[in-house]
Amino acid sequence: MSFPWAKHYEPKHPLMRWMDERLPLPRLAYNAVGPGYPVPRNLNSFWNFGVLAGLALVIQIVTGIVLAMHYNANADTAFASTEHIMRNVNSGWFLRYLHANGASFFFVVVYIHIFRGIYYGSYKAPREMVWMLGLVIFLLMMATAFMGYVLPWGQMSFWGAQVITGLFGAIPLVGEPIQTWLVGGFAPDQATLTRFFSLHYLLPFVIAGVVILHIWALHIPGSGNPTGVDVKSPQDTVPFHPYYTAKDGWFAGAALTVLALFVFFMPNALGHADNYIPANPLATPAHIVPEWYFWPFYAILRAFTFDFILPAKLWGVLAMFGSILLLFFLPWLDKSPVRSGSYRPTFRIFFWVWLLMLAVLFYCGGMPAEEPYVMMSQVATMYYFAFFLIILPILSMVERTLPLPTSISESVLHGKTTDAAPTGALQPAAAE
Amino acid sequence: MAAVEHSEGLAPAAEAEGVRRRDFINVAAVSFAGVGGAALLYPLINQMNPSADVLALAQIDVDLSQIQPGQAIKTIFRKQPLFVRNLTPQEMQAANAVPISELRDPQTLAERTKEGHSNWLITMGVCTHLGCVPLGAGPGENRGEFGGYFCPCHGSHYDTAARIRKGPAPTNLAVPEYEFTTDTAVRVG
Repeated sequence: MSFPWAKHYEPKHPLMRWMDERLPLPRLAYNAVGPGYPVPRNLNSFWNFGVLAGLALVIQIVTGIVLAMHYNANADTAFASTEHIMRNVNSGWFLRYLHANGASFFFVVVYIHIFRGIYYGSYKAPREMVWMLGLVIFLLMMATAFMGYVLPWGQMSFWGAQVITGLFGAIPLVGEPIQTWLVGGFAPDQATLTRFFSLHYLLPFVIAGVVILHIWALHIPGSGNPTGVDVKSPQDTVPFHPYYTAKDGWFAGAALTVLALFVFFMPNALGHADNYIPANPLATPAHIVPEWYFWPFYAILRAFTFDFILPAKLWGVLAMFGSILLLFFLPWLDKSPVRSGSYRPTFRIFFWVWLLMLAVLFYCGGMPAEEPYVMMSQVATMYYFAFFLIILPILSMVERTLPLPTSISESVLHGKTTDAAPTGALQPAAAE
Repeated sequence: MAAVEHSEGLAPAAEAEGVRRRDFINVAAVSFAGVGGAALLYPLINQMNPSADVLALAQIDVDLSQIQPGQAIKTIFRKQPLFVRNLTPQEMQAANAVPISELRDPQTLAERTKEGHSNWLITMGVCTHLGCVPLGAGPGENRGEFGGYFCPCHGSHYDTAARIRKGPAPTNLAVPEYEFTTDTAVRVG
């Protein structure tokens, strides 16, 4: 589970020894996030986002449990109970704004965490399970966030529920019965609200469970690092505590400052004013968009405007789900033995273009479904899929990668420029 | 913590004492985070206190004009029953005849009513034992051995000043804060 030089837990206090023989929880913590977990010494700030995501989950669960004490999952009173939280409940405004902006915070952090994974090849062997469990968490997060957004029962809540469950209606033959089953009626109503509340409360704990598996799977090979070179000797690592507890702690402070800026100074910047209008089944808001973190997928959904064998609506839905399900195959689509994008000059270019295209999708997803946004979404969607299905498989065969440092400690001692320069002394045989 | 006072030149001496400048940074950083985390507990705990809408209902007006001598009504004050009773002269006499020293929770009728309105006995209808609603305010209900109120849960008897006389309850029925706004109306709370 860990490197042979990992520090061993030796309880000194008699009480801790007594505990260790009965319930070795301190030992578990020691080996997972304490001095007993050796971590590559060259991690950059992108490696802070995993811990940050865990922190975001804790914030969401704590504030969510508290909000559920005051919220009322009833179609007649849900909107009023949300306003009740904002106006009457002690510190209710703070807790709700922290929860709403905390969701955005969670997604920002997780997106950066995923981009880190793609750039540095974190999904590659032996960390495929870490990657796939992460994607499961991402899917659960999306479901949780969507259902949470329905709960205030404002206009955006209601029409979001209508539109997103409508996605399932695109499935041939069984689509409409499935949609009716999901909402428990012909349109979102009391039954929808109650089940969404139940699941919105449940799923975060499922996420917490998968997070434990995610961390467990990570700790088998240990953390990756920006060079993508495997850990070889004790010089390559430092103990998680105090080195990374300190670094993560500092970074968490910085990130929470940004969250606090939103919570206290622009709490509604990421929301929609329409959601402060109670749900009205007879009037759709003029411009209906999901929350920002769904924009790229919403853009992919709307990029399909033509019927080709299958109806356009179905293509959009398939592409939207496909864009995420595709990522499960990433470890086998990109077979390049070099993990880190830092040593893959050609990959790097395509990666940044991919990120740019994702930014285009982000932008278009928040815009109305009209030209030129539809055309832009179509181009970006094409590139998104081509990157994974065509570019990465070909690149892994033809790309000439840069020589890798022989070890992490050498990379640290010589600095980055020396690593990247082809020295000739090092073999490009990177299949460590 | 004292490490902060050490100047650059004194640092080696400080290290000899086993306190480094870094220890100060450690303590300061962790305390800062600790204080922040503790401060976050305040809204998380305070949210369970009564909300503004609950507190807004904390005052009621009661019209006394329709309550006949000997009659009592039950109304609701802060989501709990409130007994308003118009005592008869006999009931007041009975209450005043009791020697204070015999009482578990010594109080006179005058102390439990307003001056000039001593026939108006206004108490919470919450037994001080475990919170049941005592009988005696409704017509025909058992008023107990002392003609006041009787709690059926564990047999507490209250007299005509709603003082505990027999049974497990430790104190008299609570008298809420109230004032007479007119001769026939009170504002409770």
